[in-house]
Amino acid sequence: MVSDAVTAPVARARRPRTGTAYPRYVAGKAGGAAVSLLAVLVTGFFLFRLIPGDPVKTMTGGRPVSATQLAEYRKEFGLDLPMWEQFTDYCRKALTGDLGTSYQFRAPVIDKITEALPNTLLLTGTAFVLYTALGMFLGTRSAWRHGRLGDKLNTGLALTLYSVPSFWLGLLMIIVFAVGLGPIPGLFPTGGMESGGKEGFAYVGDVAHHLVLPVITLVAVEYGQTLLVTRSALLDEMGSDYLTTARAKGLRDDLVRRRHAVPNALLPTVTLVFVNLGRTVAGVILVETVFSWPGLGGLFYQALSVPDLPLVQGLFLFFASAVIVMNTLADLLYPLLDPRVGR
Amino acid sequence: MSPQDQHGTRRSQTRSPRHRTARLVAAAGAVALTVSAGLATPLNPAPQRAQAAEGKKTLTVAVAQSVDSLSPFLAVRLLSTSILRLTYEYLTDYDPGDAHPVPGLATSWKPSADKLTWTYTIRSDAKWSDGQKVTAKDAAWTFDKMMTDEAAATANGSFVANFRTVSAPSPTQLVIRLKKPQATMTALDVPIVPEHIWKDVKNFSKFNNDKKFPIVGDGPFVLTDYKADSYVRLKANKDFWRGAPKFDELVFKYYKDQDAAVAALRKGEVSFVAGQPALTPAQASSLKGQKDIQVNEGPGRRFYALATNPGAKARNGQKFGDGDPSLLDQRVRNALFMAVDRKAVIDKVFQGHAVEGQGYIPPRFSTYFWKPSASQDLSYDPAKAAQLLDEAGYKKNADGKRTGKDGKPLNYRVLCHATDPNDKAVGQYLKEWWGKLGIGMTLDCLDNVTDPWLAGKYDLAFDGWSVNPDPDFVLSIHTCGALPAAPKDTGATDNFICDKTYDELYAKQLAEYDSAKRADIVKQMESRLYDLGYMNVMAYPNAVEAYRTDQIKSITTMPKSAGNIYGQDGYWSWWSAVPADSGSSSGGSSTGVIVGVVAGVVVLAAAGVFFAMRRRTTADDRE
Repeated sequence: MVSDAVTAPVARARRPRTGTAYPRYVAGKAGGAAVSLLAVLVTGFFLFRLIPGDPVKTMTGGRPVSATQLAEYRKEFGLDLPMWEQFTDYCRKALTGDLGTSYQFRAPVIDKITEALPNTLLLTGTAFVLYTALGMFLGTRSAWRHGRLGDKLNTGLALTLYSVPSFWLGLLMIIVFAVGLGPIPGLFPTGGMESGGKEGFAYVGDVAHHLVLPVITLVAVEYGQTLLVTRSALLDEMGSDYLTTARAKGLRDDLVRRRHAVPNALLPTVTLVFVNLGRTVAGVILVETVFSWPGLGGLFYQALSVPDLPLVQGLFLFFASAVIVMNTLADLLYPLLDPRVGR
Repeated sequence: MSPQDQHGTRRSQTRSPRHRTARLVAAAGAVALTVSAGLATPLNPAPQRAQAAEGKKTLTVAVAQSVDSLSPFLAVRLLSTSILRLTYEYLTDYDPGDAHPVPGLATSWKPSADKLTWTYTIRSDAKWSDGQKVTAKDAAWTFDKMMTDEAAATANGSFVANFRTVSAPSPTQLVIRLKKPQATMTALDVPIVPEHIWKDVKNFSKFNNDKKFPIVGDGPFVLTDYKADSYVRLKANKDFWRGAPKFDELVFKYYKDQDAAVAALRKGEVSFVAGQPALTPAQASSLKGQKDIQVNEGPGRRFYALATNPGAKARNGQKFGDGDPSLLDQRVRNALFMAVDRKAVIDKVFQGHAVEGQGYIPPRFSTYFWKPSASQDLSYDPAKAAQLLDEAGYKKNADGKRTGKDGKPLNYRVLCHATDPNDKAVGQYLKEWWGKLGIGMTLDCLDNVTDPWLAGKYDLAFDGWSVNPDPDFVLSIHTCGALPAAPKDTGATDNFICDKTYDELYAKQLAEYDSAKRADIVKQMESRLYDLGYMNVMAYPNAVEAYRTDQIKSITTMPKSAGNIYGQDGYWSWWSAVPADSGSSSGGSSTGVIVGVVAGVVVLAAAGVFFAMRRRTTADDRE
């Protein structure tokens, strides 16, 4: 009856498209992603070889090294081979997950990445879930009551926090909530991911305790973007006839918003969510630095400052692949959310 | 018909949206936390840890530098080598008073009459942390490995480059035969490793010694746990031959941001903070006078200099790089230095936390410290500098600019480290001072100065080295032998200095076993270096660090009177540190966890109340 009619758009949106169009769409997107990955692979190799200087000289700069040792290094890192051979070697190894050996840590790049990745995912993943939920929640509320005091306060605060440098906010959090200021006691650790020497639940609790301040900092800085995108997408939908119809039928305001308006305004937010999801693996250099979080952002900074060519190259490949994969996933999801896409 | 009648069958659902939102948010949060906590455990398991029993005295040191390797054959960074110093004993140590060699693993040593054979007596009361005895065989094996395996020579290869053979005729006797005399035989900074553990290592270039804990060693501490960029945990070695450390545990904890490390010290989460290489004047003054905090300022072991490109060349005589030819004139180099107001550098840039520079070796190493005589002194004198430039033929043109032989105005490129605020600040002063002389200057601040430096593509550069108690290394980097073999190679040179007189003196001091005579030759080398003007030492920055007096009762500085604590030559500071009576350990995180959890519960309760109140206020809308 009536209820069927009003929920129809949602039901339709949730139904995967059938027939030949969707597989073709998937194939197209996957092909595009493969080409992008290949481009990243090639760029990654040549881009970092444009950095002036000899990596072995950089690696050993300032230390007494004999000529035989230098030759040994060149051989060890395959730098004595012709460029094309280095390139084919690099491609072959990259495809099997071997990203070379870090100059400064003398450890496989993949080991350094897998060592830091969980830490980064823990921080950025937790923050991602929270700022996406908070941004969408507040963005929807703001749009629905746009122009009111609540909306103005909401968007004002979001814009302010979005413009605040995360490094500065992080330091402020440390001073106020870690060290303690005035009547506020120091509740949280000043940095790091764990105190060490803890096992089992105590360890999980310890990590969670260390997680609070960096997560709050990230959420505070990031939620504004989701809020603003959700708000503006929803505002575009607000004048639509189908919402007037839904209201005219006497549906509750809350239901109109959640079941009718929001799903139709979701596309830009989904794009943003996936872009952010891709970014979560890259870590957040500034927040990781100020809270001494042992993640990929800090590793990337260290790799660049040497520069540690294999590590920089490996991380570049890893970050770029993550963004490409996430964008492709978002592309694949669009037709499921909005059948007009990919038709 | 009322809406709820229309949707009567969904009544229960109409009440649920808010519940569902709350549930979803809560579930998402829970999933995130569980997934993340899960990620932290199975993928990245917490390595074996020392059990932190209550009542343990723990000394926590804030550090920023990453460990490059825990293998004594590979590690070169200050933090890593300091940790190795704590876990492996060397043949000799340096006295904390005046840095003269004192017994370490060797109780005594003696050179032969021809100066080519050294015999060390190895102590019989030392044992590895797994219970086995330390013998001369371990030392012989360590040196031999470095001599025969290129990969094992990565970190300390220069020490054994002149070794002919190494042998251990008995468990307490080590004999080293040299190719030519070497004065650094009582300053071999090489960690001696246990043969019975290390003989199984297949590839020394890949083995980082960071997977299996505790690491077997014979130093004052045993490395029990390490997690990259999180912490390094060491346990006191109760059987250490010199006596057990007073703290039960020593933890190096990572603070990538120095302000955060200072905050951690204020809070008591760490016991000690050193800078990289010093706390900034602002940090030091903010900590001074704080309750339970002691700021320690000692003479630094670094010099801070301005290096001039002397015309980069290789050992085969081939020239490269593009240093300004005017700098090949000693008068020009001296004039540039005489236009530098070193007192202003100390007062304005270092804000008093440095000593004015003179000779090449800082005054902290009193044996080798040299200062110019009155006649040689290049003190601040802009008028004399201008006169020297005139004499050299670099006169001012109509625009007031000094021109080179090609008629073009002189404009020097000065390499500076983008990460060092001191370089940038001093650079601005140089611009002003040299500008008054009619010389232009471009400050070239880079993250990576190594490449243009090694390519000889600079005119001047900010330079600085940490000096060891034995000055051989910092002296060696200015010998002709340190130049690269060919332009495409890397030498051990600092900035391509090659001077015959200096080289002759260098060879002489290396072969001199009489310490007073050797010191005299070293001073002659410093004098020569000063006159040449290629290396102009502007300052010796102080080591500025701070510690909590409620956690550390006393600690040995080096030199003992008014010295520094972090980065000493030896393990004196951490080995000698005495815990304060009240400070059981730094951190007190269990209280923090409880308070944090309570705070979390309060926030959740507040959120619950908020939702409940909102439900009530919007009840009319819903009904």
